[in-house]
Amino acid sequence: MPADSSTTAQARRPTLGGGASLLGWLGELLIEALIRVCGWSAIFFVFGIFFFVFREGAPLLFGGLDLKEFFTSSDWNPVSDTPHYGILGLLAGTVSVTVLSMTIAVPLGLGSAVYVSEFSTPKLKEFLKIAIEMLAAIPSIVWGFIAYMVLNPLIIEVTGAPVGVNILNAGIILALMSVPVIVSVGEDALKAVPDSYREAALALGASRWEIVYRVLFPAAKNGLLAAVLLGVGRAIGETMAVLMATGHANQIPTSVLDRVQTLTATIAAELGETVQGDDHYRVLFVIGILLFAIAFVVNLTADLVVKGVRGKQNG
Amino acid sequence: MQYRLLRTLAVGGALVALGVTGCYSRNENAIKVTGSDTMVNLAQAWAESFRSTHPDISPQIKGGGSGVGIAALCAGKIDIATASRPMKPKEIELAKANTGKEPKQIIVGRDALAIYVHKDNPIETISLEELAEIYGAGGKFTKWDQLGVDNKACQGHEIIRVSRQNSSGTYAYFREHVLGEKREYKQGATSQSGSSDVVALVSKTPCAIGYSGMGYDNDQVKIVNVSRRKGEPGVTPSIETALDNSYPISRPLYLYTLGEPSGAVQEFIAWILSDEGQEIIERNGYVPLAKERPAAG
Repeated sequence: MPADSSTTAQARRPTLGGGASLLGWLGELLIEALIRVCGWSAIFFVFGIFFFVFREGAPLLFGGLDLKEFFTSSDWNPVSDTPHYGILGLLAGTVSVTVLSMTIAVPLGLGSAVYVSEFSTPKLKEFLKIAIEMLAAIPSIVWGFIAYMVLNPLIIEVTGAPVGVNILNAGIILALMSVPVIVSVGEDALKAVPDSYREAALALGASRWEIVYRVLFPAAKNGLLAAVLLGVGRAIGETMAVLMATGHANQIPTSVLDRVQTLTATIAAELGETVQGDDHYRVLFVIGILLFAIAFVVNLTADLVVKGVRGKQNG
Repeated sequence: MQYRLLRTLAVGGALVALGVTGCYSRNENAIKVTGSDTMVNLAQAWAESFRSTHPDISPQIKGGGSGVGIAALCAGKIDIATASRPMKPKEIELAKANTGKEPKQIIVGRDALAIYVHKDNPIETISLEELAEIYGAGGKFTKWDQLGVDNKACQGHEIIRVSRQNSSGTYAYFREHVLGEKREYKQGATSQSGSSDVVALVSKTPCAIGYSGMGYDNDQVKIVNVSRRKGEPGVTPSIETALDNSYPISRPLYLYTLGEPSGAVQEFIAWILSDEGQEIIERNGYVPLAKERPAAG
């Protein structure tokens, strides 16, 4: 990601020749303003979404939610006469599924990033990149369907587990969903390592494996970490596929063959059916705020790490 | 260049706007029906059959759960809410506050809630107490052999409790009538978002037990007979056993409207209560109303 060949220095306005009319100039101004609005809209939307999620959750968050129970109890029973809002089981579900999916996706993703960037022929590389992008384009509900119809019976048969929708199933599905993110960002990071590093290593008699392991990995360390963190973000935020793949059962898991329930899937399954404005509705938005906070921390870390890459290469 | 782009944008925008308003204003006799997943297939069948005799009225059916339908009715967004549980007093208040109209309840039939297990499970009869001890908080049954059932396909594993998401009408009904008024569900049940999903998961899971409408039966699952007390003979859910009340877990199916129904909505509901509509209830595996209460209105 070096910034040396950037295009920002190029002329912003192509000249239209001597007799450009006033209307032409106005039109261009308008388009420019439009594009500027598009650019700023992302910030606007992020703040807008946060505002609305926060507004719906805040009355409960600051007015009566027992935060100690919220974080330390796994009793999630929002519709009973004395409702309990303990999300420990849901947190454990989200964490367990994410950790397992990353244990699968990180080696797989980084390995394939190394292969695509360093070992494949240019033709094969194009083909692989298209295939990986295709993987990223599969809708999450289709992944959920694969989890339910294909992986579910397979897991029962191979592991002898009583149910095939569990942490293992969701971990595999989420791993497949995060791999494309890890590969494309990871490959960019490896590509950004200057060729002179490779040439120097080669001149010192390093084997290809040594080049990857001793030279490229340390040099692209931060970019690769960012790739992994983006993959983590993908896994934590995924909803529909995990709803179908985890078995959606609120319990603290003791093995990878246990069923769990994640934070996102809980919102998806329950929000549509709550009475707008009651505590159950609001507590789901509080979970939304929590997810927002997690996503923010993950993205911020990824961002700071990427900045670290730039700083190092410039300095 | 820029003009052309702008013009295209403007014309495109106008077309989209036209299309959107066109869609909304076209069908004045559309009846929006939303709610119970238990009733969604039934309501679809009603709508199809009703349309063939009343081409000018088109009922539009959506599922999502009793809670969804009732919430949408409270917000005044739909004409009819289908529900497999009665509205809570809080929801009735909300509907009144939002729309100024009192929700009207119409019972259109009954549903027998069947207990499903995997087809290889040898169990024949289960009592309400046993069900409560399986599903309820602090319940003592976690394995099939504790019930005296030799479920060979599930040796050593725990019973997989398949339940519904917590705002489903079926979930609420099962808690009230099987677990008992004050008892909570045991945590850790797999909650499914639809009646057919429950049956689908049970059909793939030898250790599982699940509850769902009897209309969702298929040959991969087995319906267990239910007895009121341990030791009493079990009753198979059917139209007859639901009608004579010998089957212990059957419940009314409701329609809710805002205020007294009128116009197309009234016509649709009257048709549902007619012989033609009631026959469709029976054909879909539910219990028709006419036979249930022959005299009283």
